[in-house]
Amino acid sequence: MNYIASPWAIIIFLFFVAMVLMISYHFARLTKSSATFYAAGGSIHWAVNGIAFAGDYLSAASFLGICGMIAVSGYDGFLYSVGYLAGWIVALFVVAEPMKRLGKYTFTDALDARFNSKGIQITAAISTLLVSLFYLIPQMVGAGSLVTPLLGMPHWAGVVMVGSIVIAIVVTAGMTSTTYVQFLKGALLIVFSLVLVFLVFSRGISTKPDQGGDVPYHVFITLKVVGDSNHTVILEDKQYKIIREWKVEKGKNVLRFLRLEKNGEFSIWKLNESLGVLEETLYVNHLADGQQLFNGAPREEGKFFQVGHMSQIAGKGSDEKTSTLDFFSFIKAIKDGTVVRWSKESVLDDGDKITVYYQNPTPGKDILKPGLKFKVDSAKGATTKDKFDFVSLMLALFFGTAALPHILIRYYTVPSPACARKSTIVAIASIGLFYVLTLYMGLGAMVNGVIDLTNDNMSAPLLAKSFGVVIFAIISALAFATVLGTVSGLIIAASGAVAHDIMDRFMGKNLTDNKKVAAGKIAAVFVGCIAMVLGVLFKGMNVSYLVGWAFAIAASANLPSILMLLFWDKTTAKGIIASVSVGLISALGMILLSQETYTNVYHLVGVKAPVQLNNPAIVSVPLSFIALIVVSYLTQAKDGKRKSA
Amino acid sequence: MHNSAVKWGNDPAASLKILLGKWFFLIYSLVYAGFIIINVLSPSFMGIDVGSLNVAIVYGFGLIIFAMLLALAYNHISTLAEELFKGKDKIS
Repeated sequence: MNYIASPWAIIIFLFFVAMVLMISYHFARLTKSSATFYAAGGSIHWAVNGIAFAGDYLSAASFLGICGMIAVSGYDGFLYSVGYLAGWIVALFVVAEPMKRLGKYTFTDALDARFNSKGIQITAAISTLLVSLFYLIPQMVGAGSLVTPLLGMPHWAGVVMVGSIVIAIVVTAGMTSTTYVQFLKGALLIVFSLVLVFLVFSRGISTKPDQGGDVPYHVFITLKVVGDSNHTVILEDKQYKIIREWKVEKGKNVLRFLRLEKNGEFSIWKLNESLGVLEETLYVNHLADGQQLFNGAPREEGKFFQVGHMSQIAGKGSDEKTSTLDFFSFIKAIKDGTVVRWSKESVLDDGDKITVYYQNPTPGKDILKPGLKFKVDSAKGATTKDKFDFVSLMLALFFGTAALPHILIRYYTVPSPACARKSTIVAIASIGLFYVLTLYMGLGAMVNGVIDLTNDNMSAPLLAKSFGVVIFAIISALAFATVLGTVSGLIIAASGAVAHDIMDRFMGKNLTDNKKVAAGKIAAVFVGCIAMVLGVLFKGMNVSYLVGWAFAIAASANLPSILMLLFWDKTTAKGIIASVSVGLISALGMILLSQETYTNVYHLVGVKAPVQLNNPAIVSVPLSFIALIVVSYLTQAKDGKRKSA
Repeated sequence: MHNSAVKWGNDPAASLKILLGKWFFLIYSLVYAGFIIINVLSPSFMGIDVGSLNVAIVYGFGLIIFAMLLALAYNHISTLAEELFKGKDKIS
């Protein structure tokens, strides 16, 4: 679809940015010491910190990625919501208070509190840096894809803008301003998501969604096939000429696409053999010169329309509409009906690649259970490897949350362990509520004719747009602020690793408090610039997929050592170093050698990668635990004295 | 060098809270593992109707709500324990 920046969107966006910078300026005057820069002086109220946790956590991937995935694949997107929230249980019950008791400013401090080991300082700092960078990439990519619809700017401009604003926030006031920005954003995001869900309920569901009358519903037509002799289609309507046909093998089936011409206009159709008709498709031509045509025309002509509707509601197909719905009847209406989903296939046309999106009517019952994205059903051809992939992802989400550096440093911003606990509970409650809402926002986008097939990340903001430009502008600005907040948290974590862990502790520079803050700020500028470059380089990569990596690395490198340090008396410094290194190297190595990376990052088509698993957690997390236990046993004598610590 | 950003006194309720945390974590992990196992072994079970919802949605929402309930219970018990042990700092 074609995005036109609206003045409202720009005004509300600028208002947000101005507010964020004012908060930073206000707190800048208070940020004199390293304790205020890295940990907001440990003075934040637990309720504020709890919502700020939610702000940190509900990143672009949570908000845009999950809603988009639900809009396209139904329940499978919601699995991310369940996994992300479950991770908080690990954070609350085993990490929050003990971490607060152990640490000073950073994750490394907590790991090293009992040992004062150079080895721990450098490995944990490197691990923090790498996890932060891996988590920064999807945030920056998300920022880039948001500014196009919001402000009508190119991808790189979005990345540079986010980078610059975030560096300004971090450099002026560090953790205090970041916390208040996150608080504001977290609270507003939850409130406006709730508003959006109630708007969806009040509109109800229609088989011909027209975005509240704003965008006329596109009536899909079919062309009758009267013969299929020698596998050549013959059409009833002789105005259409068949130009060419593609046959694409997909599992046991063969999909047949036809290019037709009528009065000089071209179009692509899919043969539905069981009904004996050709069905409309949407398609994107990727021309050899880099140009893209949407339904045969440049994007600006707006021929590529938004999709997503139910073809049947309660067994009836023609022009049905429900009344106002609620949390239960909304789900029931989808479960008892049929939703037209859109599947994607690529074909080649004289060197040009054409991506064809075709209708795939799916029973509501299948939408609301797992299996449309992740293959888990043996009856539908899921292999053992597919199942391992699924388990691995759920494991990474469960164990990754508590080990993300920008989440960990937030435990240090409150005055006491009890406050750390209370703020985690506020976080669980608000994040839990938000994740319940993601299911309704995603399904709402699925049936309201708002999905842009070329960018499913935009499903939630576009759903908001169907209710008016003001709520669209607010939701988009919030999504953008989401990126800002998460990126600043990550940059503080990363700059803490460089300035505090590596320079001050590991290299023993014994910096004065002022110099420590200055070093942190310089590190923040560097990390911010690296993040901008990566954000431009990784343009077009799937945001949720990248986040899965960051979680897997955090779960493998950081969590086993924190857990064992807290719960196993025999843990030694060398055991921790081994655990962090093994977790980091095995997780990173498996990601870099995985089939997904070979295909999507290196673009090696048809090359078989050494690692077939898409998510390494199921192997790398146990490896990290084993490394810690074995090495700790082997080094007991040397470090035995630490028990008294 | 190793002072914390903010100081606090001894926490005599710590061992109780750690024990509680471990058990709650274990219980939740089992319920979460059950969710993954059903998804992998019997996806069709997830499609069974439960009123106007189905097992998949009830279990998914259930995991979110269960997390909130456990969190509240944990906070309630921990706060009680902290108040109970208040003033007994020096004993530990």
